[in-house]
Amino acid sequence: MTTVSAPSPTRPWEASPKDRLRDGVLFALSIGLAYAVVSLTAMKGKLAYFALFFIFYMALTAGFQLYSRGYAAAKDAFVNSLVAIGAVVTVLPIASIIFTVVAKGIKGIHLGLFTHDMALAAPTDPLSSGGLLHAITGTVTLVILALIMSIPIGILTAVYLTEIRGSLTRPIQFLVQAMSGVPSIVAGLFILSAILYPITHAYSAFMGALALTILMIPTIARTSQEVLKLIPNDLREAGVALGGTQWRTVAMIVLPAARSGLITAVILGIARIAGETAPLLLLTGGGDKVNPNPFNGSIGSLPYYIWKSFNAGSPEAITRAWAGLLVLMVLILILFTLARLLGTRKVAR
Amino acid sequence: METTTKPSSLADVANAHVQKAPGTRALGTGLETRGIHAWFGKNHVLSDINLDFAAGTVTALIGPSGCGKSTFIRTINRMHEFIPGAAMAGEVLLDGRDVYAAGTDVTKIRLQIGMVFQKPNPFPSMTIGENVLSGLKLSQQKVSNKDELLEECLERAGLWNEVKDRLGAHGGSLSGGQQQRLCIARALAVRPQVLLMDEPCSALDPGSTLRIEETIRHLSDTMTIIIVTHNMQQAARVSDYTAFFLSDGGPGQMIEASPTNEIFSRPRDKRTENYVTGRFG
Repeated sequence: MTTVSAPSPTRPWEASPKDRLRDGVLFALSIGLAYAVVSLTAMKGKLAYFALFFIFYMALTAGFQLYSRGYAAAKDAFVNSLVAIGAVVTVLPIASIIFTVVAKGIKGIHLGLFTHDMALAAPTDPLSSGGLLHAITGTVTLVILALIMSIPIGILTAVYLTEIRGSLTRPIQFLVQAMSGVPSIVAGLFILSAILYPITHAYSAFMGALALTILMIPTIARTSQEVLKLIPNDLREAGVALGGTQWRTVAMIVLPAARSGLITAVILGIARIAGETAPLLLLTGGGDKVNPNPFNGSIGSLPYYIWKSFNAGSPEAITRAWAGLLVLMVLILILFTLARLLGTRKVAR
Repeated sequence: METTTKPSSLADVANAHVQKAPGTRALGTGLETRGIHAWFGKNHVLSDINLDFAAGTVTALIGPSGCGKSTFIRTINRMHEFIPGAAMAGEVLLDGRDVYAAGTDVTKIRLQIGMVFQKPNPFPSMTIGENVLSGLKLSQQKVSNKDELLEECLERAGLWNEVKDRLGAHGGSLSGGQQQRLCIARALAVRPQVLLMDEPCSALDPGSTLRIEETIRHLSDTMTIIIVTHNMQQAARVSDYTAFFLSDGGPGQMIEASPTNEIFSRPRDKRTENYVTGRFG
């Protein structure tokens, strides 16, 4: 038996230690230069460090490539640094927001938050009294009611626009696009003047959910439409060629094939409304007590609670508001995860 | 004893199997097309096609790209009408009744005239088993013996042995050739009288192609098959009749339709001869 000694696997396309050292030196040099310029010239401030660092880094990497490999490589290096800046500029504010909310909100978090409401607590009471139960249940109620109404309407609109393509396609397409730009306060005022004042005469979660539905439908419809457009026409033809009617083909083949994309559409819809405040100020009353009836009576919600607490102004109330923000962020994260899990369960089987 | 002589020409390939004569089987009167024209918008793409497809035979449609072969078979099961701007004239007679007659239930027509597409297109959200039975669900038919039907269709499509242990796997997990045979099994499950195949092997390797050709020969005992192909060898191997389509810049026309061995050995038209001998196209 002969054994063939295999060559050890290598990756010749990866950066060599020398290349990495060079990159590191350029990086450090840019920091040094930025520091020097800030301390020696009139340009001051944190932002100056960032701006100068990026400028020096781009200039140094591009200049080095120009010297060692020529014009095309210099352009490539320049664009590479630009893209990296874009990514950093996008991530920085998000990271900063999360950091601030967690740092300030964590002080107001205690177990009682999830078992008590604010019915018996004043804004100046110590943090340990009162809780967020009314706001959490309120927000969940609002989101679920809005989802129940907007998912079918949004997806059916997308089906009309991509599958049926009837004579109303163009006006509906235009309306959906126009609706996605409607300011949330307008949706709130519309429900207020069209339904709450003339008909129900009372705050309720349902009124708030109606306004949120108006905001959510265009998001779901437009995203679903883009997703449905990506489904290959072969599948529709195969369904019809097997004796399916158009509706059976859409329901059995097109929508299931688009499933994960449709869930993304729903998630984007939740993201659009979960932190929405303006219509809730007009329509829900923002009560401090848990209200189990979504169709009648004032109901709290996290955005309302945050707004109310910041307005109350006492140090305890402001800490409560930050805690509310943290809970809202975590709640949205949970809703996203839940939607993802529900959506991928069958495929993963 | 080895007495095989390797077929050297298309005519020999065509002669290697006995072509069926029309009317050898009593399976209804089959399919006829009368004066089929087709348009896309103002563009006249197909002119006056008259063809008879006897029950239980395989007919190959050959011709260069863009001569209207696919459009023609799509008029037969009324898939042509899905293309925006499409129009047609003429009659497609299935057992003597025009499929375009007013009041015809078009979904019933497509159950009787099945179709296999150029690209394998199993439904991605369904398992192998669900794919095979999807036609029944789509057309809301109930069958009592689902498992038997499933096995029978996969068996006839030549796929049963390869997938019998993983019917719950997704259709997308199969190879291209297996996917295409899955699509054939799916088309068989609704028991069509006619099967249209639009270049079913163009995306497949020679091994899978051979398997599908065997499948076609088996299926032709019980149904009428019309196959569009660019592969002349394939036409010679599987078909009883061959029709040659050609477009001279205008709408596509049928130049010649004959028993396959005739079209490959003594074509009547010069253009057919040029095409089958590879002198053009």
